[in-house]
Parts: sequence; structure tokens; C-alpha cells
Amino acid sequence: MGLDIRWPIGFMFTLIGALLAIHGAVVKSDHAISLGININLIWGVVLLVFGVLMLLGASRGKKNPPAA
Amino acid sequence: MQAIQLQWIDYTVLIAYVAFVIGIGWTLARYMKTSSDFLTSARSIPTWVTGLAFISANLGALELVGMAASGAKYGIATAHFYWVGAIPAMIFLAVFMMPFYYGSKARSTPEYLKMRFDERVRGLNAIAFAVMTIFASGISMDALAKLLNELLGWNYNFALLICSGVVLLYVLKGGLTSAIYTEVLQFFMIVLGFAPVVYLGLKDVGGWHAMNHSLQAVAANPSALYLKDAGITYAPNAWTSAWQPLLGGPSANPMGVDWFAMIFGLGFVLSFGYWCTNFLVVQRAMAAKNMTAARNTPLVAAVPKMLFPFLVIVPGMIAVALTSMPDKNYRIPPPIVSQENYAKAVDAVRSANPADSVAAVKAVGDALGEKVAADKIASLVAANAASKLSDDQIKQGLYNSMTENYYSGVILSLVKKYCPPGLLGLALTALLASFMSGMAGNVTAFNTVFTYDLYQAYFVKGRSDRHYFLTGKVITVVGIVLSMGAAYFAKQYDNAMDIIQLVFGFVNAPIFATFLLGMFWKRTTGTGAFLGLFGGIAGSTVFHALTIATGNLPGVKGAYLWNILGQAVPESCKFPSEMAQNFWLAAFAFTVCFMLTLVISLATKSQKTDADLKGLVYSLTPKIVDHNIPIYQKPAVVGIVLLIVCVILNLIFW
Repeated sequence: MGLDIRWPIGFMFTLIGALLAIHGAVVKSDHAISLGININLIWGVVLLVFGVLMLLGASRGKKNPPAA
Repeated sequence: MQAIQLQWIDYTVLIAYVAFVIGIGWTLARYMKTSSDFLTSARSIPTWVTGLAFISANLGALELVGMAASGAKYGIATAHFYWVGAIPAMIFLAVFMMPFYYGSKARSTPEYLKMRFDERVRGLNAIAFAVMTIFASGISMDALAKLLNELLGWNYNFALLICSGVVLLYVLKGGLTSAIYTEVLQFFMIVLGFAPVVYLGLKDVGGWHAMNHSLQAVAANPSALYLKDAGITYAPNAWTSAWQPLLGGPSANPMGVDWFAMIFGLGFVLSFGYWCTNFLVVQRAMAAKNMTAARNTPLVAAVPKMLFPFLVIVPGMIAVALTSMPDKNYRIPPPIVSQENYAKAVDAVRSANPADSVAAVKAVGDALGEKVAADKIASLVAANAASKLSDDQIKQGLYNSMTENYYSGVILSLVKKYCPPGLLGLALTALLASFMSGMAGNVTAFNTVFTYDLYQAYFVKGRSDRHYFLTGKVITVVGIVLSMGAAYFAKQYDNAMDIIQLVFGFVNAPIFATFLLGMFWKRTTGTGAFLGLFGGIAGSTVFHALTIATGNLPGVKGAYLWNILGQAVPESCKFPSEMAQNFWLAAFAFTVCFMLTLVISLATKSQKTDADLKGLVYSLTPKIVDHNIPIYQKPAVVGIVLLIVCVILNLIFW
């Protein structure tokens, strides 16, 4: 139905992932709460990769339109 | 517990999510041309999307909060709600039942009943379902608004309005497609939002084995953490094994359930009744683009469903393990106490006489309004007398001394413990997403059933499609407003939730017998189905009126008939736990409905000919030929593989 859901999912997680990763890289004061791990940076990158993969899937799917 | 403070980064994550969800609705709005586009997605959606939506519609906020709570109360045995109470039924739906739902071209499960039987059966099912979805949605809205109120300090009305407002916007714009698409987005949000919390929690307790080790110590003396009454002990594996404690009988496991009630009551009656007949989930599969996609929808959904226990139950187990480790400075949250009562209790601690600890404990407990541990209060009073403690120190002492647990707070207390700003926003967004997906699921199921099975069937027949399209939209608004009403109802009366869930039980327990006989026995008649269903509902009501769980008082929890008769409840009518009572009630209601339908069908004549029933009944429908699809897409093959994996999971956690 018109919209490939992978586009919004991809864009949203790319955006949120980038946001968390940058926040984690810049703000280093609050690692104590997460057991000394920079969880924002790590998880931001995970979300970013997931988002980009979704976008890649969506752009490749466009070339082969699904059988109706 | 102090309110959680959100920072700009958390709000940004939250707002980004809301913007995307609403954006999806607006993008889809231009494809909404007919009532079928709006209410049934015109059967156009690929399998992986309907599959994830199938599971996401089921994954409401109550499930996230409730399963973590049960994980703390009962341990890994909670996974039975997944591995026994979901997977087999989902596979059965895919392999055996979906061909009739999808093949009959019915637009809803009540409409299938109309085609198979008659208007009476449809009407009964449609009305019960419409009422249930509204209350289900209302209960979960109320729970979420309370949680946001208690933990974020948001205003209850504001939380309720903003969440339902967002759902209204995107469902009204894009209909079922919008709900299904956002459910997929919400699925990923929930998984990716909670996974880091589980990871950090497990790391903190020292890993899986260390967690199990502490849970074994807890099982020997659960009353130390206020998990059970004093004096009750279990075998060391009560929290860490799924089956062994169950086989030991009701007294050997914290659920208080025996294996027969678990397998027949939960695994067969309740589970098949929900997954195979509830339009909320079946609707997702019916929106798939073709028969194979429709049949594979529950199978796609079964994969994440099988793994969810690690996301939603393990946090509860982590919370128990953490509570048992004094150096972690954590406890399962106690009941929520107002700041006012805390202040009174702090004064009571200060003015108490350390020499008279009995009076001190009573004074502090009364001021707090909660049950407290005498030894902890006595030592708190003594410590304060020795050297003046600050308000916060005393509050912390009071927090630790309460002897009851507020299990629903478990999941958020872990989020609060481990998430720095940023991740905190992500986890809270995941919680909101779970709530919205559950609500949108209920509302889209409600508007379809109401429009097609009640409005079009009984009130306004034979109008143009445009008329029903607009009706569907109006009903969407009505549905959301009614759910908000139901939320306020649940907020108003403490017993509301118990009563509503009770009624769900009465209505849900017998229904699978009707579908089972209807689909697989062509001799079943409309009169048999109708009276059988009615008898099943009446049977469960009577069963509930006569039985009760040990420790409960006769009343809303059951056994009120004995009260009316002025007699004590006989021992034979007592169950070891509420869960056991529920499972046996379901088993009883199913049996009554099954037997009545069978006997009355044999005694009455069917109004339908074999030709009428083609495509609706197993023996009169040509078998689906799967030759032209690849082996990994064949429902029977995939179903068997999933069943084997499910058995292996049960064995691993045996």
C-alpha cells in the first residue's frame, strides 16, 4: 500500500541513533549509572546501523517492486 | 521512589518517535478511499509486516509491566504464558484455521460466525468483543497514565489525553494500515528500547548463572524479600526451572498451579481461545496480501514471541536477584506512598522512643499507611536516636522497611536504575510505544467489528460504501472516547480491574469450543453453537460464584454464592491460587460449551446445506495445495520447525 514501512523505520532509528551516539560522545559525566559503560554511544551506534540497514533494504526493494 | 527527571535529549527522542508515528498516518491518508481500505487494509500487506504487527498488537503496556511483575513473583515459569500459552495456538491458527478465515472472505471473526452459523451467534460474539476491546483499552490506558503520573510526575489527565490523542490522529488518518505500520515501528522500538536495560541488569547481577544462583537462595526463604508469607519455602529451582516445580504440585511452585491446569487450562483453552479467535490479532493476519501470507503471519509472529521472555520476564528475575544482594542497594519497589505520608512517618521516627520499639513500629507504620518490618523500623529509630539522620536517610530507611511489593513498578525501577539521559528517553518511548500499539490494536478491531458486524448488520443496512467509510471514522473517535471513559472507570473503582478481567474470563473461556466445532464438525448447528456459547458463559459465572483461591475473601474474587446461602466455603471449592482458579474455570467453561454444543447440534437440524458450508468447514473445503511455494514458506513445515524449537526451549529451562 503505497508506502514501504522500511523508510520511516530506517529514518527514525538513524536519527535517534545518531542523536544518542553524539550525546554519548559529548557528555561523559553520566556513565556511573550505566555501570561505567558509555551505553549511549554504543547503543546509539547499534540503532544507527539498524536504521541504515532498513534504509538500504527499502532502497533496494524499490528496484524490484513486490508482486501484488 | 523519587520522580524520574527527564532532560532535553529524552524529550527529543520521544518527540521524534511521535512525529514519525503521526507522519505515517498522514502519508497513508491519501490511500484511504473505501471502507475496506480503512477497516481491513484491502488485503494488501506483506507477511513480515503483518507478522510483526500481529505480535505488537498483543504486546500492550500491560504485558510489559505485567510480565516483569510475574517474572519477579514466579520466575522463569512465567515463560509458560509464551511457550505453552501462545506458540502452539499460533501455529494451529496458521496451519488449520487461517484458511477458513481468509478463504471465506469474511471481514471479521464475528462475520465468519455469521457465515458458518447465523446472526445470533455473530451478534453475541460481536457485542461481547466490542465491549471487551473498549475495556481492555481503557484498563491499559489507566495503568499507563498512573505509571506516568507516579514516576514522571505527569498529570494523569494530561498523560491520558496526550497518548490517546496521538493514537487517534494516526488511526483516523490511515486506518488499519496505519495501525499495522506503526505497530511494526513500535515493535522495533520496544525491543531496541528495552534490550540495553536487560543487558545492563544482567551484567550488574553478574550474568545469567550468578542471577540463577541468587534466585536459588531466594527460593529457600522467599519471605525475606516479602515475596511470600513467612514460613513458605520452595526447592532451590522454584524461580529458575519452568517445569520441575510445576510437576511437584501446587504447593511446590510460587504460582500454586498443577501441570494439568497449566496445560489444559492455559495451554489449550485460554491460549487457543485468545490466539485463534480474538479478532484483535486475527485481523492482522486477515490484512495480508494473499493466502500464503495470511497463513504465515502468525508463524512470523511466533519467532519474536518465543524470545520475548528474555526481554520481558528476565527483568523481573533480575529485580529479585538484585534485591537479594545487599550491596546493590536495590529493592523491588514498595507500594507508592505520598510525600505527605512520608513526611508524617519521618516525624514519627524522630519522635519515637527507642526504648519502646513496639509502640515506635506501630506509630511509624500508621503514619506511613503501610505494613512495615518491625526489626528494620526499630533499628532505624535507634540509629536516628544515636546520631540524627537527615530526612532523605530516614525516607530511604522507610522505603526499605515496607513489607509489601509493588510489582508493577519493577520494570521502570530498572530503567531508572540503569539508564542515563538519552537511553532513559529511549526506554520510556518504548513503554509509550507498547501502550500505543495495544490501544491502536483495540481501536482498529473495535471499529471494524462495530461498523460491519453491528452497525451494517443491524442498524443501517445497504447504504453506499462511502457511508460505511465515514461511519468507520466516526466509530474510531467514539471508540477512543469510550476507552477514555473506561480508563476513568478503572481509576475510580479499586475493584474495577478485577471485575473487568473476570468478565473477560467468562466470555473468552468457552468461545474456542464454538470455533473448533464449527470449523471441524459440519454437523454443528447454529442453535447448538448459540446455546452452547451461552451455556459456557453461564457455566463460568456459576463456577466463579462457587470457588475461591485460598487466602481471598468471598466476593469479587469468587465464592459469593456461599455467602448468600449463609454457609462457609467448603474445602473442595478452594484453589491454591488465583491463577489455578482461573485455569480451572477456563477448562470448565470450555467443557460445558463443547458438550452443550455437541448435544444440542445432534438434537437440532442444520439450516445450512453442504454447499453453503464450502470454504467454512474443514471436511467440505478442498485442501490447499502448497506445491508451488518454496519449502521455507509452507506453513505446515515452518510450523513443525517452530514447534520443535519451542519444545527445545522448554527442555533447556526444564
